[in-house]
Amino acid sequence: MSGSLPPLRIALVGNPNCGKTALFNQLTGSRQKVANYAGVTVERKAGRLITAAGRKVQVLDLPGTYSLAATSPDEAVTRDVCMGVYKGEPAPDLLVSVVAAVNLRLHLRFMLELRQLGRPMIVVLNMIDAIQKQGLAIDVPRLQAELGVPVVTTIGVKRGGAQPLLTALDDPAPAAPAPLPSGTDLHDEVRRILSLCVARVSERRQALEDKLDRWVLHPVWGMCILFVLLFIMFQAVFSWAQPFMDLLDNGMKQLGDFVGTLLPAGALNSLIVDGIIAGAGTVIVFLPQILILFLWILALEESGYLPRAAFMLDKLMASAGLSGRSFIPLLSSFACAVPGIMSTRTIQNPRDRMVTILIAPLMTCSARLPVYALLIGAFVPARHIGGIFNVQGLVLFALYGAAILSALIVARVMKRRDTDEHPLLLELPNYRLPGLQSLAVELWQRTRIFLSRVGSIIVTLSVLLWALSSFPAPPAGATGPAIDYSLAGRIGHLMLPFFQPLGFNWQICVALIPGLAAREVAVSALATVYSVGASEADAASQLTPLLSSQWSLATALSLLAWYVYAPQCFSTLAVIRRETGSWRLVIITAGYLFGMAYAAAFLTYHLTRLISG
Amino acid sequence: MRLNQLSLRSTGVIDRIEALSPSDAIAQRLNELGFVPGEPVTVIAFGPLGGDPMAVEIGFTRFALRCSEAARIILRTPQGEPVA
Repeated sequence: MSGSLPPLRIALVGNPNCGKTALFNQLTGSRQKVANYAGVTVERKAGRLITAAGRKVQVLDLPGTYSLAATSPDEAVTRDVCMGVYKGEPAPDLLVSVVAAVNLRLHLRFMLELRQLGRPMIVVLNMIDAIQKQGLAIDVPRLQAELGVPVVTTIGVKRGGAQPLLTALDDPAPAAPAPLPSGTDLHDEVRRILSLCVARVSERRQALEDKLDRWVLHPVWGMCILFVLLFIMFQAVFSWAQPFMDLLDNGMKQLGDFVGTLLPAGALNSLIVDGIIAGAGTVIVFLPQILILFLWILALEESGYLPRAAFMLDKLMASAGLSGRSFIPLLSSFACAVPGIMSTRTIQNPRDRMVTILIAPLMTCSARLPVYALLIGAFVPARHIGGIFNVQGLVLFALYGAAILSALIVARVMKRRDTDEHPLLLELPNYRLPGLQSLAVELWQRTRIFLSRVGSIIVTLSVLLWALSSFPAPPAGATGPAIDYSLAGRIGHLMLPFFQPLGFNWQICVALIPGLAAREVAVSALATVYSVGASEADAASQLTPLLSSQWSLATALSLLAWYVYAPQCFSTLAVIRRETGSWRLVIITAGYLFGMAYAAAFLTYHLTRLISG
Repeated sequence: MRLNQLSLRSTGVIDRIEALSPSDAIAQRLNELGFVPGEPVTVIAFGPLGGDPMAVEIGFTRFALRCSEAARIILRTPQGEPVA
């Protein structure tokens, strides 16, 4: 190719809220690769670009930090990569220090700290368009002279706004700056530089932040705003996504039926239709929820609202030992724990993030509703207490309440050994309109990660479960349901002694196995075991009378209690594995959920029997 | 007077940061965030539950701090001084 300029590795470094991510998305567009740094759960974002002169550039977007004195794993990654000591990550050829023009006082301090490393660097003065709004003017040539490194200006959220940086990348690498004498107070140095390079040209106008924050952070109105936003979000994730999910669900079923007619009946047909297509269906059906939730969260984050929501909710979450940041992932988990766990990325503190991931499966997800509806419909009388409260509704409420209470207890226990003071110290960034291109890139990244990483685990497990439930086939002339003769059926029978103390019969044990793939599958699995209608809607209506005649109340309540904890959702475990990169946390989650489910079901079963005689 | 004792929309000037221990990471981080002697700080809001955390403005930046964090910041003048 052009050959004159060797490929370049650059790293974007800067404070949180310096507009680095938007700049990175602008520079690299969809040529990004998001993975984790080896051994830690910190996201490694890398991308490629080619400059006008044909120079290939690899761009690394390092986690934002306020200083090189790291207080969290992601800050440690930034520190180590900048210093060139990160294992498996070659030192970047050029450090691109991104500073927000509107926040020079804070961001220049970190830039000077980076400069002390004595590595080649350039400074990007980002959000240069917002500087007039603050009534300030920056003397860029003077700033460049004072800092002793090249300075370019960009507008990260505007198309073409990164051009000056691209042009600068074609220049020969700047010489490494000479460090300031050791012991220099960086704050004093920033003040000196600012006094030389920044001039006030008009009255200060931070009117937008002043006006909005008066409402948004107000103890009463702020809570109302938050409540309305969360309500709309919850509605969007919970019900607006439903038609799309049904559409995808039906589409996959029709695809399965269509493919089923093409292939001769037999094991191959069943593998493709019931194993692979049905498994992929379970994955794809999550997409509408994930897209809507992430669009919402990304927009809230980019606009600067999310940290303010964390501010409003911090005290509430502190009672569980968490911070305000945990609230939205937990709330989303009521729709489904999979997107909820994926959204814990906005929690900076790694320990808070881990505890949030651990308790997210306790937020009663929508997949448990079909099971609740079936059992409550069959066993709880539709009576009214005091003329207002429907007993069925009360039971449902109690199930949700029990789950939340358990989550609080688990969080407290997990945080008990943790005596360190975890600071809030949260920056409330300026409000800004989210850039559409940046939103689209981020959304696409999340989707890709979900489909490839989480999807592959779920499809594999679905195929495995299909095999367990299909083989061996029932012998000729068999009268019982086919699943009873399969490996899953046998395992179900083997499980019986273990689950009998909970009042579970062998039908429940067998139904629990396909229910591993998705919780609501347990309903249709029960239908299969009891040899009634196959589709979910039929199943529920035909099962209701059957179950109420065959099961005791104690068994039904025990199964309900089991489902409050429902440790058997593979999709949740798969996403935990993907998000934390650790099987240990997966085992801990499955283990404690299983233990609590067993204990709760055991107590429920025996207490009900005692009371009802 | 400490930052957490400042009332809503009043301003104080930072005198010093009090580290609770020689290796107080929070005091160190406060310094890095620009909470340094001589800087004026204005209280923007208090949290809805029990007035904790609090939101303050320093320079052009706004931060949310828990009151225990704000208590490390000792102010020079009582209050009422306009932002420069």
